[in-house]
Amino acid sequence: MIFDFRFLRRLAWVGAACCALMALPVQAQDWVHIGSNIPVGTQRIRLAAADMKPVGNDPQTPVMKATFDTTLFHDLANAGIFEMVSKSMAPTAMPGSPQEINLAQWAAAPANAAFVAYGALSSTGGHLVVYGWLQDDRNAGTPPILTKQYSGDANDDQARTLAHQFADDIIAALGGGVRGIAETKIYFVSARGGSKQIWAMDYDGENQHQVARAGILSLSPRISPDNSRLAFASLSNSGWAIRMYSFDLGRFVAFPPGTQGGSNLSPAWSADGNHIAFSSSRSGDPEIWTCDTNGGNLKRLTAFRGPDVSPVWNPRTGAQIAWVSGRTGLPQIYIMDTDGGNVQRMTDGGYAISPSWSPNGQFLAFSWNRKYGPGAPGGQDIYVMDIASLRWLQLTHDSGSNDFPSWSPDSRHLVFERSINGHTSIWTMLADGTEQQQLTRTGKDFMPNWSWK
Amino acid sequence: MNMHQNLRQMATHPTKSISKRSIPLITRKTFALSLVLIASLAVVSGCKKKPAPQTATAPVATAPSPVAQLTATPSTITAGDQVVLSWKTTDATSVSIDGIGTVPSSGVKTVTPTMTTTYHLTARGEGGSTDATATVTVNPAQAAVAVPENNQTMTAEQMFKANVQDIFFDYDSYDVRTSDNSVLSKAAAYLAAHPEIKVVIGGYCDDRGSNEYNLALGENRANAAKKMLVQDGVAPNRLRVVSYGKERPFCTEETESCWQQNRRAGFSMDSSSGN
Repeated sequence: MIFDFRFLRRLAWVGAACCALMALPVQAQDWVHIGSNIPVGTQRIRLAAADMKPVGNDPQTPVMKATFDTTLFHDLANAGIFEMVSKSMAPTAMPGSPQEINLAQWAAAPANAAFVAYGALSSTGGHLVVYGWLQDDRNAGTPPILTKQYSGDANDDQARTLAHQFADDIIAALGGGVRGIAETKIYFVSARGGSKQIWAMDYDGENQHQVARAGILSLSPRISPDNSRLAFASLSNSGWAIRMYSFDLGRFVAFPPGTQGGSNLSPAWSADGNHIAFSSSRSGDPEIWTCDTNGGNLKRLTAFRGPDVSPVWNPRTGAQIAWVSGRTGLPQIYIMDTDGGNVQRMTDGGYAISPSWSPNGQFLAFSWNRKYGPGAPGGQDIYVMDIASLRWLQLTHDSGSNDFPSWSPDSRHLVFERSINGHTSIWTMLADGTEQQQLTRTGKDFMPNWSWK
Repeated sequence: MNMHQNLRQMATHPTKSISKRSIPLITRKTFALSLVLIASLAVVSGCKKKPAPQTATAPVATAPSPVAQLTATPSTITAGDQVVLSWKTTDATSVSIDGIGTVPSSGVKTVTPTMTTTYHLTARGEGGSTDATATVTVNPAQAAVAVPENNQTMTAEQMFKANVQDIFFDYDSYDVRTSDNSVLSKAAAYLAAHPEIKVVIGGYCDDRGSNEYNLALGENRANAAKKMLVQDGVAPNRLRVVSYGKERPFCTEETESCWQQNRRAGFSMDSSSGN
């Protein structure tokens, strides 16, 4: 049977091709998973989140419970470190205290949970109280890992906030001490109100609202590490200025270096909150400048002809800046020391823009079009690069044009802008490119920036 | 919640799940094709690029006849206004436009026709010759006879636009094209004769790439135009540069000719009292 022999040989070839296909990306992703502390497959902790037990007869209790249960499950599923037990596989009882829970039931099939989060919720006279526990199912008899009370006003917003707090406590307890991101915010640009202005939302896309309005249009929002101030670039009749809005004072505060001469663009905070880097063309060419947050100590770091823009500090050391330069033609990602020395080019070609430095200092995320040229369709994808080894991994594939990645404080997630057929939205994903989720749906949302905490 | 989990599982091992599923589906007849496809996929995944569309047709022995396209935007103007001619050709060895002369195989040019004009492009190549035309209808300005030299017949704005014309740039470039030197010289001469006029130079980019980088690039485009005007004797304090990046496009289609229209330094009269 010659035909079958050939058939087998071909099968072997196909098998080899498949192996090559599978081995490459899996190997390539290892460093991303290790560096971003994202466990893969069976390394994920199997966690159950029981529905909260409602306590009392207040009519608000079931409403608050519904919001809390949904938000908590969503937060834990989004954390990137858990394999969540589907609610359909959970035991039907709603344990409201350590005395009521039967851990063996949760450890057994079909739940097979390693840990279970549970608790009780009650609304009384406009006040919401949640008791939360986290317990190791397979070591019954050991005390709960987490015992905590959460309280606030009995409204939808507070119910979500309390669920976010409980989720972040669980994630910190089981995720190697790295706190979750459920309480973080995302700042972004939206044109839904007509002109592009600065908006904010919770990390999961809830609670979208405008936070500042300035000039004809505003871009590039960057929140300060302590969440007290927002820096952004704003176009007025006199050109581009960097504006500084104080949430504590509820008004704009002076930032003199941001309004002097030429276009001032793309501000960036150092992790200690004491310095700002930005692009300014006051010298006649867009260069990277730094100054103190109060405006003093202004310094120019770059001096090559060509656009220099989009700086970002190494949040771990504060001693380096990554930015975009067109000094050799198409824009590339570079790194330098904060005194302008030790310039290192990171990308080897194409059109590379919008760097974001991971909070653990290990990675750069950026947007890259590796075959940009005249007549090219202009597709851009998000990449992550290991700075020490210059290894990179493509995170988005064949899904519109992607730009402005911004790291979450746990270095496990990225938020980014995705444009499909002229509709631009904010998305999030894990740092390995999986679990992509769309957060905004107006089609007019741009340039997200993830808060530091 | 189930959907959530399924999506996550699919997303975690995309390559794995695809290969596992495709093997049992392969029949003997489609095997050779599958082998080619999988082999090309392996190559493609190695360099992380999208596969180029496969063409099954044999190469054509005879040279193809040129393809030519010519557009004028807008197609109806008032005398004194600018029109952007943009053209694109393929398989042409020489391209010319009547009244303009020999031009590159694709490009953009600003014209200011004073009467209704049909622009005629001829593309010649080894496969023959192809024509393309674009007509611009010109309405007389303010019920007066269109005589550009007569200041009385055009508004100051129209005179400005006729004499200080926008210039265009190659992709990702802020070098002024040599063909635009004469455009800027004419603008400088007009500004020398009208010292009361101050000018805003806007820097514009096509919509590819990031907002931030394009703002810096637009700044360089506007500055390049400013530098040339200053060299030609215009006082720098009469020229104000504002980069619009890709925030103020002239054209919003995803085509090369549209992108070209957006890569420009645009001039307008500065009405603000500032510097």
